[in-house]
Amino acid sequence: MKRKIIQFLGFLLLRTCLCLVLAVLLLFLYDIIRKGGGVISWEFLSRAPRRGMTEGGIFPAIFGTFLVTMITAVLALPMGMFAAIYLNEYAKQTRLTRLIRLAIRNLSGVPSIVYGLFGVILFVNILSFGTSILSAGLTLGLLTLPWTITASEEALKTVPNSYREGALALGATKWQSIRTNVLPYAVPGMLTGTVLGLARAAGETAPIMFTGAAFYLPILPRSLGDQFMALPYHLYIMATQHHNILKVRPLAYGTALVLIVLVLGMNMTAVIIRYRLRRKRRI
Amino acid sequence: MNPKYKIETKDLDFFYGNKPALKKVNLGCEENCVTAIIGPSGCGKSTLIRTLNRMNDLIVSARAEGRILLDGIDILSPKVDVVELRRDVGMVFQKPNPFPKSIFDNIAYGLRINGLHNRQKISEIVERSLRGAALWDEVKDRLKDNAFTLSGGQQQRLCIARSLAVEPEVILFDEPCSAIDPIATAKIEELIFKLKENYTVVIVTHNMQQAARVSDFTAFLMLGELIEYGRTGKIFTNPANKLTEDYITGRFG
Amino acid sequence: MERQFDEELKNLKAILMRMAALVEESIALAIKGLKACQEQPARRVLEQEDAINLLDIEVDELCLRLLALKQPMAGDLRFITSAMKIGSELERIGDQAVNIAERTLDLLKQPPLKPLIDLPRMAELVQKMVLDVINAFVNRDADLARDVCRRDDEVDQLNDQIFRELLTYMMQDPANIPRAVGLILVGRHLERIADHATNISEDVIYLALGKTIKHHIESRRLAPAS
Repeated sequence: MKRKIIQFLGFLLLRTCLCLVLAVLLLFLYDIIRKGGGVISWEFLSRAPRRGMTEGGIFPAIFGTFLVTMITAVLALPMGMFAAIYLNEYAKQTRLTRLIRLAIRNLSGVPSIVYGLFGVILFVNILSFGTSILSAGLTLGLLTLPWTITASEEALKTVPNSYREGALALGATKWQSIRTNVLPYAVPGMLTGTVLGLARAAGETAPIMFTGAAFYLPILPRSLGDQFMALPYHLYIMATQHHNILKVRPLAYGTALVLIVLVLGMNMTAVIIRYRLRRKRRI
Repeated sequence: MNPKYKIETKDLDFFYGNKPALKKVNLGCEENCVTAIIGPSGCGKSTLIRTLNRMNDLIVSARAEGRILLDGIDILSPKVDVVELRRDVGMVFQKPNPFPKSIFDNIAYGLRINGLHNRQKISEIVERSLRGAALWDEVKDRLKDNAFTLSGGQQQRLCIARSLAVEPEVILFDEPCSAIDPIATAKIEELIFKLKENYTVVIVTHNMQQAARVSDFTAFLMLGELIEYGRTGKIFTNPANKLTEDYITGRFG
Repeated sequence: MERQFDEELKNLKAILMRMAALVEESIALAIKGLKACQEQPARRVLEQEDAINLLDIEVDELCLRLLALKQPMAGDLRFITSAMKIGSELERIGDQAVNIAERTLDLLKQPPLKPLIDLPRMAELVQKMVLDVINAFVNRDADLARDVCRRDDEVDQLNDQIFRELLTYMMQDPANIPRAVGLILVGRHLERIADHATNISEDVIYLALGKTIKHHIESRRLAPAS
């Protein structure tokens, strides 16, 4: 009897925590939707800002975020995937590889502002890309890379060894066995991990602050060398640095809402990709 | 080299790091015969059979010394192309491991990675391999189905058909029936009987009755050493070595 | 490692030992009846026949069951197949003892033809052969078994001797013929027992060594095929 009471109390505790978390989340969403929902309109989403960001839309910021995220993807996805393939399939498991893996895991915990500063030094100054979409995208790419590598390695590990062995026993070369028998089944996991990483990158402010984001750019960037607007940075400025914070507060909330929807959308996409690719492979 | 041995080991030593797993093993497998390798767990039988197609190369700390002759050529020499070797010496694993593709694609896999893309030829070889594995009649109407929809015994026969497709000369079976029900096991044993007409078969099994039923020659391995080797009939009615007798009658193992 | 199976094998051996004991006793009783001119021992032999036959069936059934259920190999397999054959031979020895007893009862209806010397000696030899071959089986003693095989010649010689002696009796007086023939037949039965004992010893050698010496197969196999 006593054990049952303890069990009941345990479950009660767990459920309470869950409810608390959900409550906080819902409260948070409610607050944003209430304060920012009113601002959302087609004009808001498709027009450029006017009059020092007190009016108009945030389209350039949306566009900028998309663009920089794409550059991040171009860097992070292939590099991350191939690094993971090398580490998992080819590298000998020595102390060195263990050390490398440890370093990669730790990199994902480095504060994003540090990435931002690193990006300034490397991309903006040393490589002379200047403050631009390219620099920002590459910086965010570095940020996402450890994430992608880790997720890809995990995905590769879930592919049973018997697939590799079965292929090798038929006379496949190592790369053939990986290409035909491992990658197709690891790719959903790799993609999912990457998209999740991209979702995080899309919402980062610090790395893009010094490397290319600008607050008020009414015209869209025309090349990778141009500066750009981005949603997180935009939100940051509007909430803290604007000369008329109170007036633009609703706009800030609106921006936050758009950003949340964007990030959620990317997460959802990741889940859907994984689900559909898995279904295709299984049945 | 003994001319009637298709594949044989000569003073084969095998190490995992510094630990010896096989000690001076001299085993010969006659052509178009079934040779069974039996022994208690951990005696090295899986290690031995995996050296025959150099699957042990995948393990980093593994090291082989001595020679393994396939038709007189030492396959341990660095000049030998491991990829080619594995086409000549096929392997069927303990747990059926069909690829998560269709039945047709499973068998066509070996052909495609070797550069054959002619659809007509592939279809012919797929049918021939499935017939050779006694599976054609059961799957001929559903070649596009995913291989996982087959039962365990059928999956294992699919794996056998997959090996047959690349036209090996030797087929290695590593405890092929341990994960399969008795009826399916009986079918696979019948199949092995048929296969030896065209291939040389080496089978590792922990089931002595299976070794007795299926093989022409039996090798008894213990702690990495080859204790006794001879015709299956003699080994099971009157083994020369007391250790063999004790193992076969179940006094240890 | 002690196996459950070893218990079963011990049981099988025990049954065979019981059968052998009964058979040895039957032979002894049959000869005693003849030598001492007593009916009672001979009748005992007839009574024991049933028990021996039942044990034979028990051995057969047990062996069959062990073969089917335990899939014995090597030494165990040879033991079981030998046990089946030995049981069968013992049963036939038992039959021959019964034949001697019946012959005795017949002979006792008339006064004895002559004092019996050779027959009892032959009987002693035969009894020792049976005793020794059973011991050889228990101990898997191939040498003892071979020795038993050799003694068969001696028994055959004695049998010829008895036959020739009784032949003279028959030629002397036709009235002797029924009793003489009875005694000749007893000799024949004893000689058959010795043959069965030899068969058992061949089975014991196969059990112990794993090779058969039946039908002089060793020398035939060594000779080149024609």
